[in-house]
Amino acid sequence: MELTYTDSQQAFRKEVRSWLAQHVPAQPLQTFDTEEGFLQHRAWEATLHAGRWGMVTWPEVLGGRGCDLIEWLIFEEEYYRAGAPLRVNQNGIFLLGPTLMEYGTEEQKARILPKMATGEEVWAQGWSEPNAGSDMAAIRATARLEGDTYVINGQKIWSTRAVWADWCFGMFRTDPASERHRGLTFILVPLRSPGITVRPIPQLDGLPGFAEIFFDDVEVAVDNRLGDEGAGWGVAMATAGFERGLMLRSPARFQETARRLVELYRANHEAADRNPAVKDAVLRAYLDAESYCLTTYQTACRLNKGGKIGAESSTNKIFWSELDQDMHATAMSILGARAELLPHAPDAGDVGTWLDGWLFSLSGPIYAGTNEVQRNIIAERMLGMPR
Amino acid sequence: MDFTFTEDQLLFQDSVRDFLVNEVTPQRIRALWDTDSGRDDALWQQLAALGLTGLTVSEEFGGLGMNELDFVLLAQEAGYVALPEPLVQTAMVAVPLLSSIGGDLAAEWLPKVAAGEARVVVGLAQNRLVEDAHVAGLILLQRGGDLIAVTPDQVSLRHNDSVDPSRRLFMVDASKATAVAEGDRAALLVGAALNRGALACAAQALGLAQRMIDMSVQYTSERQQFGKPVGSFQAVKHHMANVAVRLEYAKAPTHRAAYAIANRQAIASQAVSHAKLVACEAANLAAKNSHQVHGAMGYTWEVDLHLFMKKAWALANSWGDAGFHKSRIGERIFADGADLGAGATFS
Repeated sequence: MELTYTDSQQAFRKEVRSWLAQHVPAQPLQTFDTEEGFLQHRAWEATLHAGRWGMVTWPEVLGGRGCDLIEWLIFEEEYYRAGAPLRVNQNGIFLLGPTLMEYGTEEQKARILPKMATGEEVWAQGWSEPNAGSDMAAIRATARLEGDTYVINGQKIWSTRAVWADWCFGMFRTDPASERHRGLTFILVPLRSPGITVRPIPQLDGLPGFAEIFFDDVEVAVDNRLGDEGAGWGVAMATAGFERGLMLRSPARFQETARRLVELYRANHEAADRNPAVKDAVLRAYLDAESYCLTTYQTACRLNKGGKIGAESSTNKIFWSELDQDMHATAMSILGARAELLPHAPDAGDVGTWLDGWLFSLSGPIYAGTNEVQRNIIAERMLGMPR
Repeated sequence: MDFTFTEDQLLFQDSVRDFLVNEVTPQRIRALWDTDSGRDDALWQQLAALGLTGLTVSEEFGGLGMNELDFVLLAQEAGYVALPEPLVQTAMVAVPLLSSIGGDLAAEWLPKVAAGEARVVVGLAQNRLVEDAHVAGLILLQRGGDLIAVTPDQVSLRHNDSVDPSRRLFMVDASKATAVAEGDRAALLVGAALNRGALACAAQALGLAQRMIDMSVQYTSERQQFGKPVGSFQAVKHHMANVAVRLEYAKAPTHRAAYAIANRQAIASQAVSHAKLVACEAANLAAKNSHQVHGAMGYTWEVDLHLFMKKAWALANSWGDAGFHKSRIGERIFADGADLGAGATFS
């Protein structure tokens, strides 16, 4: 055990920090749930890519740096510390990208990954359906192979980023006689295809962060199938796997929220201390964010040495999503009566982005498999409790 | 950056686990409750023969010369079986303290500890009562600003019954004793001993939590109601999943604390307080939820769960309670200019 950074890791941190200091926009971008904000974030992805910082874990031929997981964690720490913009293409770069590298053909990788890396093509996910939420194996949207073309019909819902994205990925039932996990195929679909209707769904903040996608005889070339026909479930599980989770929700994000929470508490402690629970909640937030960081480093080091991820990784999503919600709930209670004010309200004072973060944190225990489903997985697969 | 244990450390953990699970059974622990001392010299000899009592004793004095990081996984295993012998306290607290005191005292007692001929215990102001003072050949005590070393003939002991019959607690009255450390040096030694004691609690709490999970999984897999094992019900599953989550995220902080102490890092006190808080919280949650899923059986003397619950409760309040450790964390994170947030963890 050696819990210090090597010289090259420290040099890497310095390089990231100095590039971000020169390039992170001085004014925060608009949210990517507006058309203008979406375009601003797409441009930021191009800037990152030009500096070879778009996806540091990717190979150099794709504009990456071939970094290992520790360097990835360092990059993320600097990224969040610098207050850099959220990643509009996270469904692509963090989830689909690594899956493509594992399951994609050489032709697919060459065709899809470069445009993903530059932000030229932004990806939405198409997991859920109206009757397939936590129970994803209940998927009913179909894809029928006719010659070299899949003809897709059905409906997806809660598709994040779908309003302005260029592509979506998801699972479709290719064997009409199949049930549950079998007979599903992972297909990539251009969202501009004829027969697609995207209906935006306003979220709690009133903005269309996700959408419904209707497929009406949508034709997709067969070379957009990822993995074998009928093998979609296995590909999807890899997409939802732990390492992707680490990409999507590295500890830095939560450590920065915890740091800002300590600041907010200190700035308002006289009012906050009237409720004795608040200080304890702030302290707990700090500890849990640190625990998440330490545990992630421990896992990353094990993986770097060729170790394997076990069922214990399913604890990950519960831990960060509930931490995020607790931290924002604490911030809201520190802000008191002004917590409900939108940042532009004339008397909003120091409300900052806490309200936005609070609303977003409510989605964490639901998306990517509700925390109730995660708890079942932990009990059955990690602890071995009876089904 | 390498946050992994070596193959040797992991193999040692495996062999110690095998030994302890076979030897230190709940039946053996219960049998000891009815003895005067509650301690088992034969077991202590076995632990010594495995090199465990001398693991942190330097080779010069017949030990293995290993450190807190080498011992932390073994302390988890001691927790897993609720080992009544003061092995963890000896290896993680008493031996390093004696080594720091040095001189004739260390030269006299460290070889005896390594050979299994004597137990040495430590009593700090944080714990008014001293564990296992009745079987100690030497007691190191904080008295006022001093650190004193006393032998059984120099003290009178007043036994205090604990709800956990495995815990033997004593008020120690040492009338005649000379200090082995005073002033700043004593404060430094006491501070280091307190950190080591708190780390020892955290590591044992991890093992206790795992044991209570394992017992609960087994019980709820066998116990049937409504024609099914009760462990198949989601409400029961979620109780145990909640424990698994808290336990999973208490491990790395505990290992980091062991590393920080072994490497004399400035962050050690903070790291220890973090570990003690989260590990003992995990164990207390394990106790609460395991008790719930055991139903009325968990409320009985007969079922072994209480051996582990009671130890978990006691550890949470020993070597600095939650109030003490939260205050230490708070002093740092609420201070001006505190280095917090992304990138600060290992800086």
